[in-house]
Amino acid sequence: MKINVVFTLIFTLALTHSFGQVKKSTKGTFALTNATIETVTKGTVSGTLIISEGKITALGSNVTIPSGANVIDCKGMFIYPGMIDGGTQLGIVEVSSISLTDDSDELGELTPHMEAITAFNTSATAVSVTRVDGITTTLVVPQGGLFPGTASLVNLVGYTPDQIYAGFKGVVLNFPGAGRRGFWDRRTDEELKKEEEKALKQLNDVWTEALYYVQVTDAAAKDPSIKVASNPEMARIAEVIRGKMTLLIETNKSSDIEAAIKWAQDKKVAKVVLTGVAEGWRVADKIAKSGFPVITGPIIALPTRESDNYDKAYANPGIMSKAGVKVAIRTNDQENVRNLPFHAGFAAAYGMSKEDALKSVTIVPAEIFGVADKLGSLEVGKLASIMVTTGDPLEPKTQIKYLFIDGWIVPLDSRHIQLYEEFLNRSPGLKK
Amino acid sequence: MFKILNIFNLLFLVSFAQAQVTKGSLLIKNGTILTVTKGNMENADLLVENGKITKMGKGLVAPAGTQTIDATGKFIMPGIIDAHSHIGIDVVNEASRPSTADVWVGDALDPLDLSVYRALAGGVTASHAMHGSANAVGGECETIKHRYGTLNPEEMRMEGAPRTIKFALGENPMRVHGEGNRIVPATRMGVEQIFRKGFEDAKAYMAAWDLYEKEKVKNPAALKPVYNKRHETMAEILKGNIIIHCHSYRSDEILMLLNVCKDYQIKRLVFQHTNEGFKVAPELAAYGAMASVFADWWAYKFEVYYSTAYNAAILTKNGVVTSINSDSEEYIRHLYHEAAKTQRYGSLSDEEALALITINPAKQLGIDQRVGSLEVGKDADIAIFDGHPLSIYAVPQFTIVDGVVRFNRSKDAADQRLQASATRAETGFFLHKEQHNHDRCLEGAFENTATFFGLERE
Repeated sequence: MKINVVFTLIFTLALTHSFGQVKKSTKGTFALTNATIETVTKGTVSGTLIISEGKITALGSNVTIPSGANVIDCKGMFIYPGMIDGGTQLGIVEVSSISLTDDSDELGELTPHMEAITAFNTSATAVSVTRVDGITTTLVVPQGGLFPGTASLVNLVGYTPDQIYAGFKGVVLNFPGAGRRGFWDRRTDEELKKEEEKALKQLNDVWTEALYYVQVTDAAAKDPSIKVASNPEMARIAEVIRGKMTLLIETNKSSDIEAAIKWAQDKKVAKVVLTGVAEGWRVADKIAKSGFPVITGPIIALPTRESDNYDKAYANPGIMSKAGVKVAIRTNDQENVRNLPFHAGFAAAYGMSKEDALKSVTIVPAEIFGVADKLGSLEVGKLASIMVTTGDPLEPKTQIKYLFIDGWIVPLDSRHIQLYEEFLNRSPGLKK
Repeated sequence: MFKILNIFNLLFLVSFAQAQVTKGSLLIKNGTILTVTKGNMENADLLVENGKITKMGKGLVAPAGTQTIDATGKFIMPGIIDAHSHIGIDVVNEASRPSTADVWVGDALDPLDLSVYRALAGGVTASHAMHGSANAVGGECETIKHRYGTLNPEEMRMEGAPRTIKFALGENPMRVHGEGNRIVPATRMGVEQIFRKGFEDAKAYMAAWDLYEKEKVKNPAALKPVYNKRHETMAEILKGNIIIHCHSYRSDEILMLLNVCKDYQIKRLVFQHTNEGFKVAPELAAYGAMASVFADWWAYKFEVYYSTAYNAAILTKNGVVTSINSDSEEYIRHLYHEAAKTQRYGSLSDEEALALITINPAKQLGIDQRVGSLEVGKDADIAIFDGHPLSIYAVPQFTIVDGVVRFNRSKDAADQRLQASATRAETGFFLHKEQHNHDRCLEGAFENTATFFGLERE
């Protein structure tokens, strides 16, 4: 035990900033002792959590600490699962006003085969800025045309696509809609209607072509004499039609949400997730009836209409949740994905239960993405994506003390923190 | 609540040159009072008479018939003040010349702007309605009180608030004039010379008038100098009668303006945005220049790439009077939350964090004798929350301006517009994705705003 204490001390020193050293993520066996463990799925437990080989191997009050484990005393601290942001452009947009640093939006309406993970800059400054606030996993979503590309779930540690990939991909469909994009959008109602109809026709034409592509490729699989030309766009949509890939349908206006639900049901799309869903509160019962899960956000946002109550964007997740919709929360941000817990916090302040708000950034997105066996809660056998905090992670005051992502203990370091350390007491100061 | 009366009444009200400010009396009972400047008071009452705080303490009694708010379990704080916003006005930029010191935002006040109600719903009772950042020298700004419900633009003005003017450094004036119009400034070097020329012109202008005043005594036929509003305004800055509020990001440009102000002995200076203020905090503190910052905005353009969310904490701990502002009709609704972020990024105390959105912005606007803290004698501008305002779960319940309840959450109805505007289709659906890639400060600086906001992709 004494050795453990000494080790902890050395370990803690190694984690804190020392001059001239580069801080790196490492892997090992860890015992987080004396903690309040918020499992999210199985209540609150007091005791110890063991991490070994990148996984949670034990947790509870009666846990044997493996020999050689790095012991971190978490007295007075809390352990939570790392948070999952269900929709971001983190890593694919570096400085949004400089178009050549924006890889989120490829040209063309029909580019479902564009892979967001390809353009994810694992060393982007914003990645470490984000994860030190306990966001361990994000969905990287391409944006733009009708089928802008394929989104990927990534863990925010690692240097290659294989190292960061977290086990989910989904094809994005920006469902045709008639919404204006701001007060500056001066298109007439007729123009909007025309554009919507044109986009809907385009969507249905694409779908018909993809169905045909499925038939042809099915036939080709049985008959080698049938040759199918390469068509990566149709090949990707075919995966959705075959039920192998999820369709992430971005839709926000209430009438569009209803139309999207009807469209997906008519087309018998097997795996559907509704994203955005800013006006979900207007049609919450209809969404609940569809059974489609929702990833909504940003929550800290203006209402979609001037005639709505000021707090409708805050209240939206709670209203949908109470109607029986499975709700995950996203920021839809790039450099400020770190605000994810605050979006969940506002949802809780304006009607969602605190418990559901926490779930909406942990276990619910994990379930929606089909990775709940690995992420989203503290359970034996899951990946160690966890944060050790001084309190409720949705409260701004709370500090994060230790961070593990995908089994790796990650240094709590980012450019924002480095600048703080350099400039809090600047040297030279006023006089050189 | 305050539905439109009729056109006749509207015209009648507007015709008042000097607005009558509506003031109220009320008693707030049994809450936790966060005075910001003089500590907290538990289970305390606060009495408001005719728009002013007259008593604070236990067991206060109000005259019969006074409206009473039961604040049991609630937190009472000074009304939040936003030192940088563009709400309550219907134009932001006169983007036609690198210096437009001759224009004034106060000519474009819009009492119908729903954003004012929504700001009240976030506990904000006053804001600094600013000119935009298209020009190195923008226009004069207006400090407004959120008296939502009035149809009289005059009643929006905070009577007696000092004059302020918007300056702007860096990318925005460089983009609009250098890139856009191919005139100086295209660089930060050029921006500096706009100020120097402006102040030199103003000095020459003042000298010409001084000379004329002397000549006039001897020679009643002496020739009067030509009146020039732009030089007049710049001269008032030199005389210390107008506070500069300067849009800025990089540390080099902040130091540049500090040096210009030193050369012209200008003392009243507030930097806005100030993303790299943390790098020159000792210089700001030594000069007495103040800083108004975002809690955590960064990376939306290159000049904010080397920012840190610890900015407000570093500035505060180095002795710079610092505020957190919104620059956004969305962010203005949760400045209490933005202030709370300084507890995550820099561990500021509750009092330091609350000062960032109350007494400090009041100092920056020169109105701290009137508002920004809860003290006897001050204006009754008050926000009441159901929890501690720095908690994520706190929800503003009442917002009071001059003793008048302007927001009451329990009475919030769906449509709070005073009147439909001819220039906006308000019942339409707008999806507000935060436009991080541009400042609201640049609104109106380009002819085709749709292109500017990236609407036309093809």
